[in-house]
Amino acid sequence: MNRNLTSFICIARKETTRIFRIWIQTLVPPAITIILYFIIFGRLIGSQLRDIGGYDYMAFIAPGLIMMSIITNSYTNTVSSFFSAKFQRNIEELLVSPTPDWIIVLGYVSGGMVRGLFVGLLVSIISFFFTRLPLFNLGYVVMFAVLTSFVFSLAGMINGIFARKFDDVSIIPTFVITPLTYLGGVFYSISLLPDFWQTLSRTNPIIYMVDGFRYGFLGISDISVLVGLGMLLLFSIILFSINLFLLKNGIGVRT
Amino acid sequence: MLALEIDNLHKRYRGGVQALQGISLGVQEGEFFGLLGPNGAGKTTTIGIITSLVTKTDGRIKVFGIDIDEDFPAAKRLIGVVPQEYNFSIFEKVEDIVCQQAGYYGISRLQAHQSAEKYLRKLGLWEKRHVTAQTLSGGMKRRLMIARGLVHEPKLLILDEPTAGVDVELRRGMWEFLAELNASGRTIILTTHYLEEAELLCNQIGIISGGKLIENTSKRSLLRKLDKETFVFNTKEPITGLQSLKPFEFIVVDETTMEITLSKEESLNHIFEVLDNQNIIIESMRNKTNRLEELFLEMVEQ
Repeated sequence: MNRNLTSFICIARKETTRIFRIWIQTLVPPAITIILYFIIFGRLIGSQLRDIGGYDYMAFIAPGLIMMSIITNSYTNTVSSFFSAKFQRNIEELLVSPTPDWIIVLGYVSGGMVRGLFVGLLVSIISFFFTRLPLFNLGYVVMFAVLTSFVFSLAGMINGIFARKFDDVSIIPTFVITPLTYLGGVFYSISLLPDFWQTLSRTNPIIYMVDGFRYGFLGISDISVLVGLGMLLLFSIILFSINLFLLKNGIGVRT
Repeated sequence: MLALEIDNLHKRYRGGVQALQGISLGVQEGEFFGLLGPNGAGKTTTIGIITSLVTKTDGRIKVFGIDIDEDFPAAKRLIGVVPQEYNFSIFEKVEDIVCQQAGYYGISRLQAHQSAEKYLRKLGLWEKRHVTAQTLSGGMKRRLMIARGLVHEPKLLILDEPTAGVDVELRRGMWEFLAELNASGRTIILTTHYLEEAELLCNQIGIISGGKLIENTSKRSLLRKLDKETFVFNTKEPITGLQSLKPFEFIVVDETTMEITLSKEESLNHIFEVLDNQNIIIESMRNKTNRLEELFLEMVEQ
């Protein structure tokens, strides 16, 4: 077998094993959070709201909540795993080996994707208990889920590379990702907003991901789905390149 | 062939600390090379650069003829490293840590398990293969790092203070293991604070001080530079009224202990002759310090 492929499988296996070894920390909390979202926003508040795009509120927010789980878990997994490897210094095991930088990035990102997509699947299953979610186009659902997970795993890796202490791991999720997700059309359609806020919302990259993913389920969207896919591809290339640049120059990992 | 060739290596850390100031040295294939130096001399920085954990400011390094600037992955395949501080995930199992390292070198899972078993058995860790690393004792953790450093069968093994904090019995076991590895043809570079360890194991010694290589020679020629040696003698009866032990210099430490210094032209037989003439009966004797330690302190202090 190709050496690089062996290295990649090795990192991916280690990362995946870690996720399922500490499932109480990695899989249970997001499931509980989403159940609470469904109960509070979907059932209690949502029952008082009118339909959006021909769907009841619960069905409207379900794709957004799944996407929110994918985003949060992909990011959190990579940043915490990579920082933990730096903190325990076992990242040195990889750095002294001939494993190329791009394999290190893909290995850690694969862990983020496994967790993001697994939690996304878990949340999708939970959503069946609250609403009947149609499936308009499976291809779009899969493409948006996989690319979003890839992009946020890459972003988490950058955070992990720069992080020097535990506080640094939670700053970006708390002050950047959570606000952008809440303002990213998970709970509302941006078409309901005044023009100025609609325009401003379009500068939030998460809105393209949530909207495209929702289109895959419901067949309704505020923004062109192809533009969303294009943005995801662009972000993938940019963030992957930044990761490679950082590792190649030893930033955050070598002295 | 040179296993390692370092040419004019410089390292300046951000903040301006000049850790290495033009180190050049060569380690022959099959050698057991001891890299000695006080704390902060630049030993760990040198090892860090060879293993890519530290970026160099200037200079060239070749590993078995492969320039790390031209093909670092190929050079890395030939190097195994055992760092000074524990650097494995304490939550992972012993066997997994070793096999993963093999995986990072592109070794198949089957081969990795075979190699891991070989070294875990040799280092007495096979029975512990299914426990997490956090449950191991300090000595076992050190041995785990040695097994991990060897799992991809490197031609050059670099050990940074491998026996620091390890008890005497275990240290001797590790010395035997390392000597056996070297005898089987593997080149070994060892940094250590235990000069007894360097004297016992190494056939070539380099001394770093202040980021410069101040000595690089064979152990034999290094020890030849030692022109004086001090021995501690314990006497059977209390030493009373001793005025002279000419031609030897001596000091009485307590009533049954004295230190006698002799130059390399003089013999121990002569000391015993002089002591016998004074009717002093010796119960036991030992070197005051390790020979290399005396020389090391002398050179570093200069």
